[in-house]
Amino acid sequence: MRYLTARKRAEGKGASHTGTDHHWYMTASSVALAFLVPTFIYVFGRALGQPLEGVIATFSRPFPAILTALVVIVGMRHFAKGAQMMIEDYTQGSLRKGLVILAYSISYTVIAVALYALAKLTLIGFLFEAMAH
Amino acid sequence: MAEVKRVERPLSPHLQIYRPQMTSVSSILTRITGNALIVGVILAVWWLLAAATSPAYFNVANAVATSWFGDLVFTGSLWAVWYHYLAGLRHLLWDTGRGMDIETAEKLGWACVIGSVVLTLITIILV
Repeated sequence: MRYLTARKRAEGKGASHTGTDHHWYMTASSVALAFLVPTFIYVFGRALGQPLEGVIATFSRPFPAILTALVVIVGMRHFAKGAQMMIEDYTQGSLRKGLVILAYSISYTVIAVALYALAKLTLIGFLFEAMAH
Repeated sequence: MAEVKRVERPLSPHLQIYRPQMTSVSSILTRITGNALIVGVILAVWWLLAAATSPAYFNVANAVATSWFGDLVFTGSLWAVWYHYLAGLRHLLWDTGRGMDIETAEKLGWACVIGSVVLTLITIILV
């Protein structure tokens, strides 16, 4: 007689040891990106090719700034986990660990740089506005 | 179960001898486009960082971003993002258990390829 429930016996037996968390994250973030990305393409496409004043004016407004932050954060986490899936399919051992760490590092660095740039562009836009009055 | 006997098993048909099919090609393209998008993202975020740093730095990044190289990266990324977008929608459909038969899956593959090109052209014209 075993006093373990069926669930306890099954937990941790899958190849990932994390159940369907990874798959569910990709599904949930893909739905978020399905709404964010087309809007971002429009905003970014309009800003690209403009002089610096136009770029600052665009990204210091709340909607483009918050939209860009969301696209980068959700997009880069989605990328990191997707890249991890590819790396785990084709490599093993230490190389696999190193490459997954690299993918995660790139993704977090891009997020940090983008948030820094957006914060600073907002501040510059605010100063321009203040000087104009 | 202590002794595991190694049995000579036949290898499953390998990629190299498989005829490319719409289902396999559209699947691997999803992975390639998704991972390749990091190039366009890095260029875009670098351009944004330059805009936040100084006019001189912005001129450098903007010159790269609007050069033939920048056009190539951003146009390629635009197609890649639309392809990955449609392929992602296809996965969401598959997650509901629909469209799994070969005929529908192949049609969906063509929809991703043709749809992504159409959406790319529309985006270039409109934006």
